[in-house]
Amino acid sequence: MGLRRFFRRAKWDDERRRELESYIDIETDANIARGLDPAEARARAHRKLGNATLAREEIYQMNTMSWIESFWLDVKFGARVLRKSPAFTIVALLSLALGVGANAALFQLLDIVMLRSLPLERPEEIVEVQVPPGPGRVGAFMGSRPQLTNPQWELLRTRQSSLTDLFAYGVVSFELADGGESRPIPGLFVSGGYFDALRSTASAGRLIGPTDDVRGCPPIAVLGHGLWQREFAGAADVTSRTIRLDGELVPIAGVVPQGFRGIDVTRQTDVFVPICARPHLKKENPALDVQNVWWLAVFGRLKPGVSIAQASSEMSSLAPAIFAETVWPRYDAITAKAYLANTLKVESAEKGVSTLRTRYGTSLTLLLSIAGLVFLIACANLANLMLARASTRGREIAVRLAIGASRLRVFRQLIAESLLLAAAGAAAGLGLALLLSKLLVLLLTSDGSAWALDRSIDWRLTGFSIGLAVVACLLFGLAPAVRSTRTPPGALVHLGGRGTAGDRHRLIVRRLLVVGQIGVSLVLVVGALLFTGTLRNLGHSDHGFSENGVLALFLDLRPAGVRPDAMRTYQADLVDELKRLPAVRYADSMEILPVSGSSWNESIVIDGKVQEDYPDANRVGPAFFGALDIAFIAGRNFDERDRLGSPPTVIVNAAFRDKFLSPGNPIGRRFNVLVGPGQPNPTYEVIGVVENSTYRSLRDPLGPQMYFASAQQAEPGPFLTVALRTDGDPGVLRLPAADVIRKTHPKIVVTSTVMAEEIRSSLLRERLMAALSGGFAILAVILAAVGLYGLMAYGVARRRNEIGIRVALGANAANILTMILRETVWLVALGLTLGVVGAVYAARAAQALLFGLAPSDPSVIAVAAATVAAIAALASVVPASRAVRLQPTTALREET
Amino acid sequence: MPKRGTPPIQGDLLQGTLDLLILKTLAAGPAHGHTIAHAIARQSEEVLLVEHGSLYPALHRIEERGWVAAFWGASDNNRRARFYRLTASGRRQLRQQESRWAELVRAINLIVQPGTD
Repeated sequence: MGLRRFFRRAKWDDERRRELESYIDIETDANIARGLDPAEARARAHRKLGNATLAREEIYQMNTMSWIESFWLDVKFGARVLRKSPAFTIVALLSLALGVGANAALFQLLDIVMLRSLPLERPEEIVEVQVPPGPGRVGAFMGSRPQLTNPQWELLRTRQSSLTDLFAYGVVSFELADGGESRPIPGLFVSGGYFDALRSTASAGRLIGPTDDVRGCPPIAVLGHGLWQREFAGAADVTSRTIRLDGELVPIAGVVPQGFRGIDVTRQTDVFVPICARPHLKKENPALDVQNVWWLAVFGRLKPGVSIAQASSEMSSLAPAIFAETVWPRYDAITAKAYLANTLKVESAEKGVSTLRTRYGTSLTLLLSIAGLVFLIACANLANLMLARASTRGREIAVRLAIGASRLRVFRQLIAESLLLAAAGAAAGLGLALLLSKLLVLLLTSDGSAWALDRSIDWRLTGFSIGLAVVACLLFGLAPAVRSTRTPPGALVHLGGRGTAGDRHRLIVRRLLVVGQIGVSLVLVVGALLFTGTLRNLGHSDHGFSENGVLALFLDLRPAGVRPDAMRTYQADLVDELKRLPAVRYADSMEILPVSGSSWNESIVIDGKVQEDYPDANRVGPAFFGALDIAFIAGRNFDERDRLGSPPTVIVNAAFRDKFLSPGNPIGRRFNVLVGPGQPNPTYEVIGVVENSTYRSLRDPLGPQMYFASAQQAEPGPFLTVALRTDGDPGVLRLPAADVIRKTHPKIVVTSTVMAEEIRSSLLRERLMAALSGGFAILAVILAAVGLYGLMAYGVARRRNEIGIRVALGANAANILTMILRETVWLVALGLTLGVVGAVYAARAAQALLFGLAPSDPSVIAVAAATVAAIAALASVVPASRAVRLQPTTALREET
Repeated sequence: MPKRGTPPIQGDLLQGTLDLLILKTLAAGPAHGHTIAHAIARQSEEVLLVEHGSLYPALHRIEERGWVAAFWGASDNNRRARFYRLTASGRRQLRQQESRWAELVRAINLIVQPGTD
């Protein structure tokens, strides 16, 4: 009721006014009727009524809520004050909007990626079953979360009892294209309990249930909302249609609702297929009964009353039997023993899982801290501005205090002003945040991953922005407000524009703020240098091959229907066709393209001794070394002598030679590759040594590698990777290469990538960190410079008279300069010292993200300190020169 | 504002009394402020001479509480005036306040004029 009345108070007041007027009219009429003349009659009526204004006032007070009323007045007054100083207002609003915007944008991403719980009831009960990493996890790993093998999962499913809603999934990529350019879509093989456990219902048709996931099942597909819209235009009859996955036509069972995320909270999934249907779609790798293919992630919900520790101990008690029944028969004794030593544990999965989290979590946290520091610097500037304003507004405040305003009233007024700024800044910042986070997501998705990020404004984001603005408001508004109201009014009224005792405190606060700004901006500059240095180190690191001019082709030959025993010749012929393309200098096949994300290693036996380290392996054609520009150090390349049936040969790199074959001449040495019991370990003769090169990631040290000959492989798989080198832009090879492939067989699916671009996108995180931390550092230094400039300019203005007197008494320019700069030098020196300490500590947090640089690299810190010092010097040039050029007569004349 | 703390007993008493007088006057039928003020003065044989202006905040208060409803109408001499009439809850309130007033008067009389009861 109160509020309704509050908002209607003006209408009420008008009603009362008319009512009271009506009283006067009626009383006047009555008086006239009694024989008084009209003027007297009206005067008497007024007397009889008494103080009408007082009555109205009383009624008005009844309706109003005085605190809202006076707060509204404060806000209105504050707005007027701010309008009067547009420069200040614009600077303040811009700093706030930028600060809030950058922070909120990063917070939004961080929230999506790291902080939110799964959108399920009691998410804290969701757990993941894992095999702790160790030497016992040996074999092939597929997808982004390979925790268990299917044989392990099938045993675990029936034996465990501490979890309900148990489900498993395997991350895969399906091929939509029916020949030609590849169109991969993200998919999942899911167990029958997947959708029930995630409490999802179909938006069309039905989802995969327990009856769909039984051995020997036919494949069915459940579509993601996005794919349904893209490929089928949201057609209602989609459940009576089929979708082509890896060349197979699969009936569509249903569609998941829009916004369905699954347990991987940032992954977009386009199609779901039961696990049991894998042999139909991935014929070359059915994986269901293979004990060394790790590809499933397993989740469940703790039964009521069961703790994670209890569930973990149940899993570890089940583990020995499960692993004993699932040993791969071809493991050698050592590997089998390690495999049996595996165990199972349960980890909380309350927040789901996310590849984005593993890849960018640390970066985002760090960036948010950096943005937070920049925001602090901006706030310090605002506090500085407010303090300066408080000095100039000292007289106004003194007058208001002197004529009876309570300190609380004046204080509230000043706070209302900062609140107004903060609110406007937060609103602008929130808008900016949406733009910025859109930009960030664009950046993140440029590495080819389809991240599913729900970037709507929610209460968390709004709360964060408002919280930030309130903190800012308190930071830059509170101190000046307290200061202003504490000064006795008399002192200020007397002293006109110049300093007071209060001013000295204010100056100390302002100096401390500038010292802090310089320190923090040094930390940020160090960070930026470290991250740009990392990017440079990775980008220009000598990775042993040259990616410039290389086009990589990934071919899926399954649709060509080649018999396994004919595959080797088929592939060789195809590679020969590609070699004959004009402009191709080198072209050849390989098993693993460096830095493509794939890897392969083997256990080797040298002089009868099994080596502890597994060298990385590749299988290549002779022109591979030319195509990637890897130089030979010794020996020869593969040639016609190295064919199927001839003694197996191998080329190794320098690291391999140094680690396994030295001392002595490596050429002609022999070693074995361990393939497992029951089969002889093939013997390879080293025929050549090449330079070291990067294998899996630019961050890895250049390790031992061995290259087998493609020509000696009996039955290659249906996938073929070819690298083509040309002198110019490798992109121009795309069309002619696609032509050759189409002529070979129209249904072959091909993905082509320019290798240099691929490598660049593998450095996405580093580029992101370098660009953002660099931008923030520049912003921070500019803000700190503005802060220093403001303080200096204020100092010079404050000391005009003093400078005038000194010059009049014979001080020269150098004396004045020293006097002014002494303060700056002290402030900057103090700030830099604090900054170096801060940087050394802060850089440790970033260590994991750095490459080729120590976190407290002295040269980096020195460069950063020099940069900040130089910019600080620049910021003090203008005020200092103003002091030097000061005419003593002008300065002294002002003293009245 | 009614919600604000406990006002002094005396104020409460006086305020409550004025409310009672207004409600009682309106029990005879709808009336505007001027009529109410004059009626109170006349019926109390000019003993209760309230300042007419102070009547209006009281009217506002009891209107807010829903004891009376207001409407604009024509006065006897055809002036527009704001008329008040008792609502059902106003009647209930009047009965309550009358009995409370009677109790109060009896209690005070017991002290001021012992023996007369």
